Amino acid sequence: MKPLLSIGLLAALLGLPSRGETRLAASRTVLGNGLVVVASEQKALPMVTLSLLIEGGSRLDPAGREGTANLVAQLLTYGTKKHSAVELSDALDFLGATISTGCSEEAVTANLTILKKDLDAGLQLLAEILTEASFPQEEIEREKQAVIASIRAQEEQPGHIAEVKFMEALFPKSPYGRQVEGTAESVKRIERTVLVDFYEKNITPERAILSVVGDVSQKEIAEKLTQAFQPWQKKGGGKPSVAAPTPGPPTIIKVNKQLTQANIILGHGGVPRTHPDYYAIQVMNYILGGGGFSSRLTESIRNERGFAYSIYSQFEPQKYTGSFQIVMQTKNDSAAEAIKVTVAEVRKMREQGVTEAELNEAKDYLIGSFPLRFDTNRKVAAFLSQVEFYGLGLDYPDKYPEIIRKINREEVLRVARLYLHPEKLIAVAVADQTKAALKTLDLEGGL
Amino acid sequence: MRIAFFVFFFLLATLAPARAQNFNVTETTLDNGLKVLLLEDHKSAAVTFQVWYRVGSRNEIDGKSGLSHFLEHMMFKGTPTVKPEEYARIIAKNGGNSNAFTSQDYTVYFATMSREKIAIEIELEADRMANAILDGPTFENEKSVVMEERRLRTDDNPGAALGEVANAVVYMVYPYRRPVIGWMSDILNLTRDDLIRHYKTYYAPNNAYIVAVGDFSTPEMLAKIKQEFGKVARRPDPPKVTLVEPQQQGERRAGLKKEAELPLLAFYYHTPNILDKDAYALDLLSTILAGGRSSRLHHDLVYEKQIATGVDADYDGLAIGPSAFSISAQVMPEKNPSEIEKAIDAAIAKIKSEPVSDRELQKAKNQVEASFVFGQDSVFGQAMRFGQFESVSKWQLINDYLPGIRAVTAADVLRVAKKYLDSDQRTVGLLIPTKEQGE
Repeated sequence: MKPLLSIGLLAALLGLPSRGETRLAASRTVLGNGLVVVASEQKALPMVTLSLLIEGGSRLDPAGREGTANLVAQLLTYGTKKHSAVELSDALDFLGATISTGCSEEAVTANLTILKKDLDAGLQLLAEILTEASFPQEEIEREKQAVIASIRAQEEQPGHIAEVKFMEALFPKSPYGRQVEGTAESVKRIERTVLVDFYEKNITPERAILSVVGDVSQKEIAEKLTQAFQPWQKKGGGKPSVAAPTPGPPTIIKVNKQLTQANIILGHGGVPRTHPDYYAIQVMNYILGGGGFSSRLTESIRNERGFAYSIYSQFEPQKYTGSFQIVMQTKNDSAAEAIKVTVAEVRKMREQGVTEAELNEAKDYLIGSFPLRFDTNRKVAAFLSQVEFYGLGLDYPDKYPEIIRKINREEVLRVARLYLHPEKLIAVAVADQTKAALKTLDLEGGL
Repeated sequence: MRIAFFVFFFLLATLAPARAQNFNVTETTLDNGLKVLLLEDHKSAAVTFQVWYRVGSRNEIDGKSGLSHFLEHMMFKGTPTVKPEEYARIIAKNGGNSNAFTSQDYTVYFATMSREKIAIEIELEADRMANAILDGPTFENEKSVVMEERRLRTDDNPGAALGEVANAVVYMVYPYRRPVIGWMSDILNLTRDDLIRHYKTYYAPNNAYIVAVGDFSTPEMLAKIKQEFGKVARRPDPPKVTLVEPQQQGERRAGLKKEAELPLLAFYYHTPNILDKDAYALDLLSTILAGGRSSRLHHDLVYEKQIATGVDADYDGLAIGPSAFSISAQVMPEKNPSEIEKAIDAAIAKIKSEPVSDRELQKAKNQVEASFVFGQDSVFGQAMRFGQFESVSKWQLINDYLPGIRAVTAADVLRVAKKYLDSDQRTVGLLIPTKEQGE
C-alpha cells in the first residue's frame, strides 16, 4: 500500500493496550542451551509461526570478506549433513511451509510458517539447519553467483542506490555503513572455511531468541523444543562485542542516472532503540514526517505543492546505533526546491516545536493503533523477538501507553533541538543531474 | 494510499482454501442496492472495513486512462463537512490506518481500526460515497502528485515499465491494455468534469459493496451500516463494458529498451477467469511450474542452469475480463535472454506432453492449501479475498475453491497446459537494458 503510512511508522510502534496484551499472553523461557523462547498460543488457525533471531549479523563479517554473515544465512537451507539442498527444498515445499533466512547488520534471522500438523517436521528441519548445515562447495559457488546478481539487480532501483550511498556516508568504515550483502569483490573472496568458521562461532543458542506464535501451548512447545533442539549446544562465545559507529560529516552525494525523478535522502545520525529519548523522538518525528498523511512534510511537500507522491522521515533505531532520514522522490527539476522546503520544515520543528493539537493527535495515534499491529501471528512473532532483543520486558505492552501519554510539548521541543541537525545533513540525490541542477546545501535555506 | 494496484492479483492467485470449512459470512443487501458482507473474526483486536466500488481502469475509454485512479486520490479532498485531507487525519487520531487502491476492476477504500472506533470510518465512507467535492484548489496539486506516482512506479521502474508495454500488446481491444495509473498525457488532460461524471456514474450504492472482517458484533455493525449508508440514494445502473478481446492468432513480441541492469523476459498466455472449470488446474499449473524452490522452472533456470536470478508463474484468474497466465524471469548477468526462452519453452513442451507425477501434484496441492490457511492470518487479507471473489462473481465461490483444487487430476493439468500454453496465443515481453552512467 502506500509507502507513507507503513515505512515511516514501523519503528515508532512498540507498545500496546490492555485488550491486545491479554490476547498476546506471551511467556518467556530459557532452555538449557541458553536459547530464549518467547511463546504465545493462538488457537484460531491450525498454523504455527517460528521467528528466530541470532544476534550478530554482518557487523561480525571478517575484514575483506564482507557478506559472510549474509551468505551463511542464505546457505543454511542449502545442504545439511543429512539432506542435500534439493531434498530440503522438496521437503519444505511438500509441507507447504514457508521458510526464509536473512541477515541484517545486527542479526541472522530465520522464519518458518507451517501447518500445525507438520510442526514436528518443521522443528526437525529447523534444528537440522542450525546444527548440521554442511556448506557444500557447489552450493557456495551457486549462492555467491546469486548474491552477486542480486547486488547488481538492486542497482536498477534508484531508491536502493540512494540508501546505500547514504549509509556509506553516514557510517564510514563501519559495518553499519556497508551493504549486508557485501560487494561483488568481497563475496568472491569468501572461502568455505570462512563460512564454516562463522557458522560454528556465531550461530549459537545463547545468542538466539525464538518466538513461537500459533496453535501450540507454551508447555507443549517447550517440550518439543527441548527435544528437537537438544543437539544445538552452547559454544561459549558469549555475546559479540560491539563498536558503535561514528557518524560521518555533512556532504552532498550526486549519482547521475537516466531517471524522471530525483531520489533524495537527507539525514544524519540517530539514537539506538534503548535510548531514553527514543519515545519522545518518535512522537516528534510522527509530527514532522512519520505520520503518513497527517505529517507536516506530507502536508507541505505533497498536499500543498504536489512535489512528491511519497515523503517521510524516520528515526530508525538499531540496537547499538541509529539513523535519521528524510526520503522522497520528486521530478528532477523540482528537486532543489523540494529540498529547500524540507530543510525549512526541519528548522521550524527545532525552532518552534509542536502545537498541543499536533501532540495530542500523535499520541492518540501511537497509543490507539498499537494493538492493531498484532493482527497476524507473524507480526506478533516479530514483535516478541524485538521485545526480547531490545530488552524491553514482556510487560512493555502494559507500560507503552503511559510512556507515550506523559510526553509533553517541552520534551518534544527538547528532543527536536537535540536530535535534528540541519547543519549536519548528509544529502544524497540519485537523479538526472543535468536537470536536477543541485548546487550546495547552505545553512540558511537548503539548496 | 492512492496506489495503483497491479500486483495484488498475483499475491492472491495462489491463496487457495485449505479446510473444507465454509466461511460464516453474513450477506445483506440494503434497499438502495448496497451489498454488505460481514465476517466476525475475534483473533485480534482489529476490524477492517472496506468499501468496494465496481469501477476500475476497465471502465475507462481512450484519452481518459487513469481516471478511476485519479478519482480515488480526489476522494480524499473532502465533502461539505470534511476538509481536504482531513479524512486520514481523523482516522489516524482515532488509532486507525486508512488508505485506498485502484485496480483494473475495482476501487477500494478502507480503514483498519478498533471495534470501539470503527463507526467513525463508517460515517466518513458513507459521507464521501454521496458528497465528495472533487474540485477546488487541490485539483492541480493532486494531479502533480499522481504524475509523481507514475514516475515512481512506472517510468523509473524498468520491470513495471515492461509490464505496461506488454499489456498494451497482450490486449488489442479489451481495456486491460491501458495502465491503471493512466498514460502520462492522459493524466495531464483529465478535467474536473471527467471526475464528476465518473463519480456520478459509478459511485452508487448499487454499484458497490462493503466487506468488513474482524472483532465486531454482526448485528451492531449491520445496524450502523444501515443507518449511515441507508441514506445514500440509488442511482441508475452504470453502463456495462461490452468489449470482447478477439482470439489471438500468432505470437506477439513487445520490446522495451531502458536504463536497467538485467534483462527481464515475460510470457503472457490468454486464459479464462475463475468462473471457468479450468481455473483450478491453471492455479496448480502455475504452482508446479514456479511455486517454491523445488518447482520445475525454479529448479531448472535458477538452480541447475543458473541463467535466471528468479522466476515466477502466475495465473491471474481473479479478473472480470480476459485473464492471463504469465511466466517471467530476470536474466543472470552475462547470460542471454534467448537461453531462458529456450529453457522455458522446453519446460512447457514437457508439461504439455507428459502428465505430472502423483507426488508432484500432491505437493502443489499442499502448497496451495497451506497458503490458504496462512492467508487467513490477517483480517485485511481475508477481506481482500472476499472482495476479489465478489468483484468477479460472488464471494461464495471461495467455498468451492478447496474442493475444486482437490479434485484436479494429473490429466486435468496436462489438458489445460495443452489448451492454454499455446505459442500462437502468447505475447513475449523483453526488457533490454541500456546503460549510461556517470557520477
